[in-house]
Amino acid sequence: MHELAIAESLVDAVTEQLPGQRISEVRLEIGALSGVVADALLFCFDLATEGTALEGASLEITEPGIRCECRTCGQTFDPDGPILLCPCGSADVKVLSGQQLSITSVKVA
Amino acid sequence: MCATCGCTDLDEPGPLSHDHDHDHGRTVTLQQKILAKNDDLAQRNREWLRERGVLAINLMSSPGSGKTTLLERTGRDLAGKLALAVVEGDQETALDADRIRTAGCEVVQINTGAGCHLDAAMVAGALRTLAPAPGSVVVIENVGNLVCPALFDLGETARVVLASVTEGTDKPLKYPQMFRCADLVVITKTDLGAYVNFDVAQFGEYIGQVSPQATMTSLSAVSGAGLPSWYDWLTSLVPAAAR
Repeated sequence: MHELAIAESLVDAVTEQLPGQRISEVRLEIGALSGVVADALLFCFDLATEGTALEGASLEITEPGIRCECRTCGQTFDPDGPILLCPCGSADVKVLSGQQLSITSVKVA
Repeated sequence: MCATCGCTDLDEPGPLSHDHDHDHGRTVTLQQKILAKNDDLAQRNREWLRERGVLAINLMSSPGSGKTTLLERTGRDLAGKLALAVVEGDQETALDADRIRTAGCEVVQINTGAGCHLDAAMVAGALRTLAPAPGSVVVIENVGNLVCPALFDLGETARVVLASVTEGTDKPLKYPQMFRCADLVVITKTDLGAYVNFDVAQFGEYIGQVSPQATMTSLSAVSGAGLPSWYDWLTSLVPAAAR
């Protein structure tokens, strides 16, 4: 359950970027390979924001899917799950999408 | 919501006219990694270690895979050949630190309390307390957990993930996030291989699927089988870090 630590990092990141500003909405991208569970983060968000400039803010999470490029055959493919095997059989792949764990924007109240 | 016009958002005007002036909030694009602060601290740890020519290993596994036993044995076997210091991460107690100290190594214990992983800030403090000698190896024994520690860069030179034969062959498929980040995967407790149904070849195949860049080795810290290749791997990295 590292989502509480993630939520606390999120509060730190926003308050450092926008000191003293009240935040009403936070938008995140959490990829399927990020290791973070969106529901668990939503659960921790209220707890982590209590008493901060983000208290009461809404949390919008988009979850980009996994997309890879095979270094062996060159094709782009979308793996069905976290095992990143190209249809050609190669595991030597570059992850193009799915590892996102970032704040895209916030709304200042 | 605006008390004058009833609007809730700039994009969704309220039912009343909107020629009055007030602030409906502005959207600020950040595009920032959530773990940017940890990553930044990890990078500082990495520089701190590099300046001192110290190799740092982030040692991870589920609880009970044999991290501490391997470090005890390593400390004893390499005494006089390699300066080994350890940062011990556990939720509670200094039991592991006591074991490592008895094995002759410098050690600092971190208790994370409710925390399920070490982060770069905790390690920064521990490294300064430990003050490792130039050319030495610091092994950071993470909290036993195959999920959370994978996300947090500590500033290590390399990541080692242990899996004991008693845990089952399918571990890499069940915890791909952890195995994907490994530089070295070590199968431990091979002396128990005769009593459990662990398929080394199949495990290797799974590692190939999840973590093709990882090197794999097997050992028993009790019988000593396979330890030389672990020691070779560890010592081969020392000059690189000390450079």
